[in-house]
Amino acid sequence: MSGKARNLALLAAIWATLVLAPFWMPLVGGYTALGARVLVLALAAMSVNFLLGFTGVLSFGHAAYFGLGAYGAGFALKFLAKSTPLSLVCGMLLGGLAGALLGSLIVRRRGVYFAMVTIAFGQVLYYVAFQWSSLTGGDDGLRGFSRQPLDFGFASIDILSNETAFYFFVLACFALAVAVMGYILQSPFGRTMIAIRENERRARFLGIAIERHIWIAFSLSCFFMGFAGALYALVNNFADPRGLHYSQSGDFVIMAVMGGMRNFWGPLLGAAVFVALQDYLSSLTVNWMSFVGLLFVLVVLFFPRGLLGFARPKASA
Amino acid sequence: MKPQKAAKAGGERAGKATILEASRVGKRFGDLVALREVSLSVGAGELRAIIGPNGAGKTTFFNLLSGLFVPTTGRVLFEGRDITRTPAHRRVRLGIARTFQITEIFPELSVYDHLRIGAETANGYGERPWITGAERAIVQRQVEEALARVGLTAKAARLVGELAHGDQRVVEIATALTLRPRLLLLDEPTAGLGDQETAAVVKLVGELHEDDDLTIILIEHDMQVVFNLADRISVLDQGALLAEGAPAEIAANPAVQEAYLGKTA
Repeated sequence: MSGKARNLALLAAIWATLVLAPFWMPLVGGYTALGARVLVLALAAMSVNFLLGFTGVLSFGHAAYFGLGAYGAGFALKFLAKSTPLSLVCGMLLGGLAGALLGSLIVRRRGVYFAMVTIAFGQVLYYVAFQWSSLTGGDDGLRGFSRQPLDFGFASIDILSNETAFYFFVLACFALAVAVMGYILQSPFGRTMIAIRENERRARFLGIAIERHIWIAFSLSCFFMGFAGALYALVNNFADPRGLHYSQSGDFVIMAVMGGMRNFWGPLLGAAVFVALQDYLSSLTVNWMSFVGLLFVLVVLFFPRGLLGFARPKASA
Repeated sequence: MKPQKAAKAGGERAGKATILEASRVGKRFGDLVALREVSLSVGAGELRAIIGPNGAGKTTFFNLLSGLFVPTTGRVLFEGRDITRTPAHRRVRLGIARTFQITEIFPELSVYDHLRIGAETANGYGERPWITGAERAIVQRQVEEALARVGLTAKAARLVGELAHGDQRVVEIATALTLRPRLLLLDEPTAGLGDQETAAVVKLVGELHEDDDLTIILIEHDMQVVFNLADRISVLDQGALLAEGAPAEIAANPAVQEAYLGKTA
């Protein structure tokens, strides 16, 4: 019972912090656009963790689906229609469908082999984005689009120039995606994911079709990833091949592990720490990443369950 | 009620339908022949023990029955249906559940959730991201029944990884029960247990056989356990079936004494 109360308190604290961010961030030297960035990268890290922390499968090429999501949103805004919601749907579909397709080829691999193949596919997609300049803008990235006002018929909200309005738009998208993710994890399917993480052999001999379930979890995670990537394109009004690069995948894994991969909210904290350090340290030194790396090593050594790792499930009886 | 059950248990050896039939199943790993053309049939409601020295091929045989490996030769029939190449998870859906010699559990889950995953999968809910209130109630009833059946109700909220080894083995059996098997394969359920824990597991297995009429195949090293529980015993030695019969026949069989019992007794 006390565990339940503590969970509710944690939830309330998280959402209060997020909803009030435009008001408290300037006080600590932040700015609203930074908040939107944290949310988007947190969503991506949570998508990686959907697979890593809850299915026990490490993908080291997930940035590919993030980057594809960004291009999907950019293409939609540039070539299809000037609609923000449509761009999000297109980005999610591009990332998710690519993930579902490639995932079907690799679900029989395990452990290091799985991670290696995900890197390989990710890098293939990275080089496609990098080389196909006529479509993607190559190294310069995809430009010439911008997020559009949200049109409700009776009213329209300007999320392009009004940073605070845009932050709340991103927060609403984040909340929606996270709610769906949480719902799946609490469902019978979500429990089979955890069963696979805990003991694949036992899970198989409970009648769970392991490869099929890993494929579904991988695909779902790529849809979330594509959605996060699409939001990222809206944050920057720009899509970039580096968003697909494996070093970006590594950043997401670092956020998830640093925050605590057995905790649903761990990657959010990991992303916040990562982005805050990046923003602050990169203004002091170009070698900011070595400090993030140092912190990562310290966390792994002294808090192997991550910064939010103390919130591990405890027996109540 | 009780005498009727006992009479049934006595009569089934003669006439009851065959639930599992292995015909000339063999398995080789490269040059190593782990199992050579073993034929064995088990009647519905029977408790069959498989014994034999280490390396005799007992666990390999289980792995062929449960689908972890595909046999190199021969066929496996379950309820008249050829399952030789059926994937493991589908055999579970057909009604074959198993436990492992080395405990295979979900350590970070509560006992309740451990069983719940079994019940949800068996009911066919495991592939979907939703569950209705009515289905939730069904699962809850099934889990509570299984917990009560094995006497773990009081420990439902405990993490499986924190339980004593004996309780973990019982969790394995209880989880197998949530799958509503018609054939239960138990691979040394008393391995590594103390006397008291062994007695509890033996009592439970006996009850599942007598009261629930469950067909059980049991691999066991403890001869006392085997002779107490089994209707029939099959003896494997060096990958081949050495003998088969009622416990008294096996105990009197000179070849068995030579190959196995002689060494331990």
